[in-house]
Amino acid sequence: MLELLRTSTFRLAIFYFGLFAFSAFAVLGLIYWQTVVYSDRQTGETIEAEITGLSEQYRNLGLNGLVQVIEERSSPERGSSMLYLLTDVNGRTISGNLTRWPDAHIDPDGWMRFRLNAPGGRLQDRHLAQATSFLLGGGYQLLVGRDLWERQEFHARITAALAWSAALTLALGLIGGVIASRSTLRRIETVNRAAAGIMAGEISRRIPVRRSGDEFDRLAGNLNAMLDRIEQLMAGMREVTDNIAHDLRSPLGRLRNRIETALLEPPSLDSYHEALQLSIVDADRLLATFASLLDIAEVEAGAPRAVIEPLDLTDLVTGLAELYEPAAEEAGLSLHQDLPTAPIIVRGNRQLLSRALANILENAIKYTPAEGSMSIGLQVEGEMARIVVADTGPGIPLESRDRVFDRFYRLEESRTTPGNGLGLSLVRAAARLHKGEVALTDTTPNASNPGLTVTLELPISGDKGAPLVSS
Amino acid sequence: MKLLVVEDDRDAAAFIVKGLRENGHAVDLAEDGRQGLFLATSERFDAIILDRMLPGIDGLTILSALRASENTTPVLILSALDGVDDRVRGLKAGGDDYLTKPFAFSELLARIEAMTRRGASRVGETHLRVGDLEIDLLARMVTRAGRPIELLPREFRLLEVLARHSGQVVTRTMLLEKVWDYHFDPQTNVIDVHISRLRQKIDKDFATPMLHTIRGAGYCLKPGA
Repeated sequence: MLELLRTSTFRLAIFYFGLFAFSAFAVLGLIYWQTVVYSDRQTGETIEAEITGLSEQYRNLGLNGLVQVIEERSSPERGSSMLYLLTDVNGRTISGNLTRWPDAHIDPDGWMRFRLNAPGGRLQDRHLAQATSFLLGGGYQLLVGRDLWERQEFHARITAALAWSAALTLALGLIGGVIASRSTLRRIETVNRAAAGIMAGEISRRIPVRRSGDEFDRLAGNLNAMLDRIEQLMAGMREVTDNIAHDLRSPLGRLRNRIETALLEPPSLDSYHEALQLSIVDADRLLATFASLLDIAEVEAGAPRAVIEPLDLTDLVTGLAELYEPAAEEAGLSLHQDLPTAPIIVRGNRQLLSRALANILENAIKYTPAEGSMSIGLQVEGEMARIVVADTGPGIPLESRDRVFDRFYRLEESRTTPGNGLGLSLVRAAARLHKGEVALTDTTPNASNPGLTVTLELPISGDKGAPLVSS
Repeated sequence: MKLLVVEDDRDAAAFIVKGLRENGHAVDLAEDGRQGLFLATSERFDAIILDRMLPGIDGLTILSALRASENTTPVLILSALDGVDDRVRGLKAGGDDYLTKPFAFSELLARIEAMTRRGASRVGETHLRVGDLEIDLLARMVTRAGRPIELLPREFRLLEVLARHSGQVVTRTMLLEKVWDYHFDPQTNVIDVHISRLRQKIDKDFATPMLHTIRGAGYCLKPGA
């Protein structure tokens, strides 16, 4: 129950209940006040009309006529709530239904307010009354008033009604609040239970969705989508960890074997020296693999510390083509360049994009047999700049094209060539960091050596006046 | 040369100090930032090898303090941080060079020597001469023994960097940084191929080679014997 009181729904319900109660009481209060003002005014008018009537009687019929009218109007049989009292010069009562002149102050507006002694004599039965007095000729004084028991009655009823409705509103508000909060609490509880289950290790558990399409369902849907993504990432992470363990074990084993072999051989400074040299090469290769893994992880995490700035892609691609041209030639490949001269501005990190493109070019040089050819091109298409590197190598079979972007994945045929299977992972991570994409296609489809074409698409900088010219 | 090594990792410090002493340098070692800053400001060194992450005062703070007091001793920053732009930040703080751990000792040595010598080669210089090889930086002309040699722009820049550090080992990574401004290590032998092309042009028709490959380290341009 205490938990229920703490829920936000309950607090909200209480708030609305308070607001409703306030407005309800305001309306009732207004009605009450208006009614009281109206009835007070009516009382005043009635008394004044009576006085006017009686003073006319006195003028026309004299004292006896007046007494007669008063006797008639104040007789108990009439049941009227009007009060009358006629006194002479000495204050003695001549006629009327009041026994004596009330000892009450006279207001500045001429009204007297006093309490009547009811027959029962009990204090709470003493009615309030309002009256005014009038001086007739000859020292006679006339008091005309009205018993206000009706008004008192009305007042009591309204007060009772207000109290009852307050109690009713309070009860209804509390019950409504509890019901609303409990249903909310129940639905939150299902989410909590699912979350607790997931935290306890039931990774594939999901939050039940009611299909009513309300905000809870949308929340549950989003949370489930988030959980799907997390599960997917965890699976990816596990696969990567497994691969790392597997792929780093073999070079470490090789390193260990080399050292052991050197120790088994007859001691010789030369052989020790050579073994140590080769061990350093192995260790460096392992370190490079670790460095690449860390870099890919950093880039995939959005490279928060990387400087992203406008850069000229034409310049970048031309520089790399120039860097790799001699290496391509050395490998017996001709490198065709189809590059624009006008700058193409993209927002990016120069080192990262250079490295991604270097990886693509190195792959092409590594896997294309001698006598083959390579080409590097840069074009603008719509909002995208497109770097295309094509080779005439063996290509990548369709079914492996997604997997080659995974860390450590290498085609069976290329296991013997040096490399760590991380190059394209970095390319894709870099492309995505730059809101671009990388795609693999055949250079010449259906040929025995289809070749590989790598297309790296990057969005052109939205900066104003960005040149969109390609030669 | 007199060198200061500021490094808190004992193994790394021992590795660096031993290597530098074996190469004939006088080395002082500071094992934390406070001691490092004290030594760097109280004595003159030819170069400082400064670890970026130190207990007490960190490397970049020491560097900023030195530069603020107009101490221009060349500083090489050693760092385990190898993020995409950590190098830029290190150099912006006033470092002259940046080397990521782990590194080959030959790389460290080559960089220290290049760094200290760089201060000696004057900026106003328009000619570089190494033996009978002459480089006109303004006209971008190269002659060897008076015979003009045609070089592509990038080959010219490559030769210029080697000539500025003539007699010293220049590593592949240093060339990639200084000539191409790339800060990553290619898997393939791209630099070797560029060097062999350059070698074709400056050494082929002459009796004595000038551009030497130093095994396991890099390249060295020196006057023909």
